[in-house]
Order: sequence, then C-alpha cells, then structure tokens
Amino acid sequence: KMLDSLLALGGLVLLRDSVECEGRSLLKALIKKSALCGEQVHILGCEVSEEEFREGYDSDINSRLVYHNLFRDPLNWSKNGKAFPEGPLGALRALCRRTDPGPVTVALDSLSWLLLHLPCTILCQTLHALSHRSSCPDSSSSMERVRVLGLLHEELHGPGPVGALSSLAQVEVTLSGMLSQTSANILYRRPRQRPTHQTQCFSILPDFSLNLQGMSTLESQPHPDPPTTQADPTAHLTFNLRLSEKEKEAKDSLTLPFQFSSEKQQALLCSGPGQATSCIFYEPDAYDDLDHEDPDDDLDI
Amino acid sequence: MFPELNNLLNTTPDRAEQGKLTLLCDAKTDGSFLVHHFLSFYLKANCKVCFVALIQSFSHYNIVGQKLGVSLTTARERGQLVFLEGLKSSVDVFFRAQEEPHPLQFLREANAETLQPLYEFVREALKPVDSGEAAWRYPVLLVDDLSVLLSLGVGVVAVLDFVHYCRATVCWELKGNMVALVHDSVDTEDEENDVLLNGLSHQSHLILRAEGLATGFCRDVHGQLTILWRRALRTTAQREQILTYQYKIQDKNVSFFARGMSPAVL
Repeated sequence: KMLDSLLALGGLVLLRDSVECEGRSLLKALIKKSALCGEQVHILGCEVSEEEFREGYDSDINSRLVYHNLFRDPLNWSKNGKAFPEGPLGALRALCRRTDPGPVTVALDSLSWLLLHLPCTILCQTLHALSHRSSCPDSSSSMERVRVLGLLHEELHGPGPVGALSSLAQVEVTLSGMLSQTSANILYRRPRQRPTHQTQCFSILPDFSLNLQGMSTLESQPHPDPPTTQADPTAHLTFNLRLSEKEKEAKDSLTLPFQFSSEKQQALLCSGPGQATSCIFYEPDAYDDLDHEDPDDDLDI
Repeated sequence: MFPELNNLLNTTPDRAEQGKLTLLCDAKTDGSFLVHHFLSFYLKANCKVCFVALIQSFSHYNIVGQKLGVSLTTARERGQLVFLEGLKSSVDVFFRAQEEPHPLQFLREANAETLQPLYEFVREALKPVDSGEAAWRYPVLLVDDLSVLLSLGVGVVAVLDFVHYCRATVCWELKGNMVALVHDSVDTEDEENDVLLNGLSHQSHLILRAEGLATGFCRDVHGQLTILWRRALRTTAQREQILTYQYKIQDKNVSFFARGMSPAVL
C-alpha cells in the first residue's frame, strides 16, 4: 500500500501541497497509519487548532497523538507565557530532546509556517538533528527510528528553501489535482540507491483511509536519466499521414460544399415550381424614400 | 446583502456557519461589492462586527450599506459595529503621545515588525461583554483590505501573523467568523502580495475570487466569481469544490448567472 511505502523509509517525508490541492488530509492519513502501528505521534501544530486537527480521528487514535499547540499563541503576544516561551524554535528543539521509548513519528503542520518564521539554515539543521536522533551519542537506545512528516505549502517559498528541504527529505510527495481525485508524484531517495519516481492517483475517505484509484500509473524510472525509449508518436493514429496516388486523385476531383460553381448559381437563381406562384404587392407610403437604383447592382447575377 | 450570493453559498444570516475564515480576492476588477455583502450580511445576522476599514471612509461604507438595507450609523451607536476608519485615524497616530498604544502604530515605525497593536484592538473590540444590554450573536472581523498593509510597509509575515492571531482569537476561541479582502496582482508580479494571497488561501475555508473578464470591459457582464471550498472533505464529499459564475453589479443587487448565460447574450 502507498502509505506503507511512504512510511517505510523513515527520515523526513516532505508533503508538498498547493492551494487547489491541500495536503493536510494526506498528512492526517499518514498520522493515522503510524498511530495504528502503535507509534507515539507528536504533532507540532502551527496552522490549525487542536480540535480541528483531531477532528475525524476516533478516540483510540486520538489517545496516541500528542498535540504541541503552537497555534494559539506562537509569538507569545498574549504574554501569559505558558505555551512555548522560546518560540517556535524552542518547541522544535524540545521535540528533539524528547526521549520516548519505541519508534516515534513527528508531524510538522506546517513546515511553511516554520520556514516563514525561522532562518532556512537553522530549520534545516534542526530537522536534520530531529530525523537523525538515533545517531546521537547521548541517546541511550541503540536504534531508534524517528520519522518526520513535514507539510510544505509550495507557493509560499522560493526555489532555494524548497530545494534545501527537499534535499533533506527521504521521500518527497508532490500533490496535484482536485480534492476528490488527487494524484501524488512520489520521489524516493533510498540510501545507496538511485532515486525512484512514482505517480499514484488516490482519494482520501472521510475516515482518513486511502482509496487508490485503478488508473494509477506506476512507473519506476531512474530520475537523472531522460527516458531512454522514445515512444513512436505516429504509432496508433486515427488518421492517415500520407495519401496514395489513387486517394489523391479522388480527393482532387471532389467538389467541396463551399465551392461556388456555375451549376450551383443556376440552381439557386432559377426558381422552382413552388416559388413561381408567389408575388409581392406593395403600396408606396406617402413618406417612402424610393430608390430607383437596383439595390443588387453590385452583385454578379 | 445579495440574496443570490447567499443562494450560491448556501447560507442565510440565520444559519451561517461559525469559525470560518473567508478570503475575498479580486484580480483585474474591484471586489469591494463582496465586502459590502458580508458587512450587511453579518449586521443583519445580529453579529458583533469589527470592521477594519483601511480603504474607504465611514460615510462611503454607510451610503453603500444603506442601499443594501443596513445603517452603519445606527449599528455603531447600538454598539454592534466597531469601525476602525483607517483614513481618519492614521492622522491621529502622529498627533498623540507616543506611549499610548494605537492600532495603526506601525505607521509611525520605520520598519514595522509587528501588527500586534492592531490585533489588540480587534481583540478588545470583539471581547465578549457580560452586560446584558444587547446580546449579539457570534463576533465577526472584517478587513478591507490586507494588501494595503503591504503597501504601507508592513512585512508579509507580519500580516500573516496578524491574520493567524485573529483567526486563533475570533474563529477558534470566540467561534466567530473572519472575512478579509486581498488583491491579486496577476500582472505586476508582486512577490510579497503573492505570498500573502497564497498563505491566506491555505488558511481559509472559503475563497471567493472575483476576476475581470479576460476580454476586457463589458456592459452586461462585469466579471467572474469563483467559489472554492477548502477543507470541506468530510461534510461535502460529493459536492463540487469549485463553482464559477459570472455576475453583473446592479444598483442595489448583484445578479449571478452561469458562464456565457448572461440575459443580455441570450
């Protein structure tokens, strides 16, 4: 299944969405999948309220979600200072330090918000530290998988920051299409392997499970190389590209409907039997402006 | 309030959804008729309205409001409407003691970092009051418009933060609604404005986009309105997400029709 393969690699999974095609439902689908695997899911929520984010999950999944609410007061304007005194960066670093047993998934909703408020380099470093926590010497557990799911609104950033984040990502999903029928372009970067591309069509059901569409095109091709076998564009045409001599002759002898010939002119001018009986009676009005010139003078009849 | 627009949005003043951010956006045309619609809509719905009007004077909105059947003067006297008249109070910023906070304080600062004073003003205005003199329904914040803040030198992140805080307070905490207008600079390639528009689009639940016709001015069709519902996955699974209509603005009303189906054409 698509969700499994997205989550299998670990590291940073980057979800790139756009205004027409929002990616939060896919993020929630991925979170649900992780939670069903029995993982603890930490969510750094900057864009929607906790209620809105938890909406649609059942209580079993909700109990596995830890929502770090950066939505309510991210910049500490209300000055009660209880949420995150060090701001967004502090919240992110706190996630880094967290030492829970077992595999952990961290969802960032959204990276765009963080990227607008933090310098790109610092964000990338923190994300790197977050997703490579297992290699930290001070962490006691030997092999700990940390998966980071990041939602990125692509239009908000220039190519530089987006490129920096995508080079950090193990899996990159670019969403396009409409809500009912979304297509995802997935790029996998497995260690010591060539990156692979895959395109998948799907729709997300209200319970945040995925419905893969039948017409999903699954192609796996090496990314840096251009496609080697060029498809012949003239293979399955519904028309002929060339004409044989006989066909050409038949074509030339054909009179097209818009061509005006003398026979046609005669056929139009000579009145049929039905028309000959009609005749117009006209009594001139006192103020009539009678023109004695033939109005059809300039026509060739 | 334009009844035809209410029909398209499937809403009435009595049963409007709460907790929503509606983004109004205009490209190559004037979308202010949408602002007037929502202003009269929420005043008729008996909501407490805070109107941050940075574009026109109070009397302008009042005259249009009267055509649509609401009196802003009365609403302001009754305490239903809190009107921040940007044109007038921008002058006040310069003639008052610097210590006093002013909602438009950013005008006085060389590099305005934050719109926090403006947010504090909105929060104060819409703060629920216990005195039972007049019980308004949910609070509503209207902004006309956000693009002008960029022109006044505020950074795009500061504007997005302002909207974020208003959303957190008005839409989430007070279960009210927020409506804001942003211009779309299609041709001018104003990057900051594009970021603002896209950032807000990602935050909003409903986007109304008024566009001038690509073929230019027309007497009988004034433009095209695109309605885009976002985050409506659960409630309207089967419904169309995008609707497009053409409209004609009349003296007291706006008529909507399907594309190419203007009465003047048929």
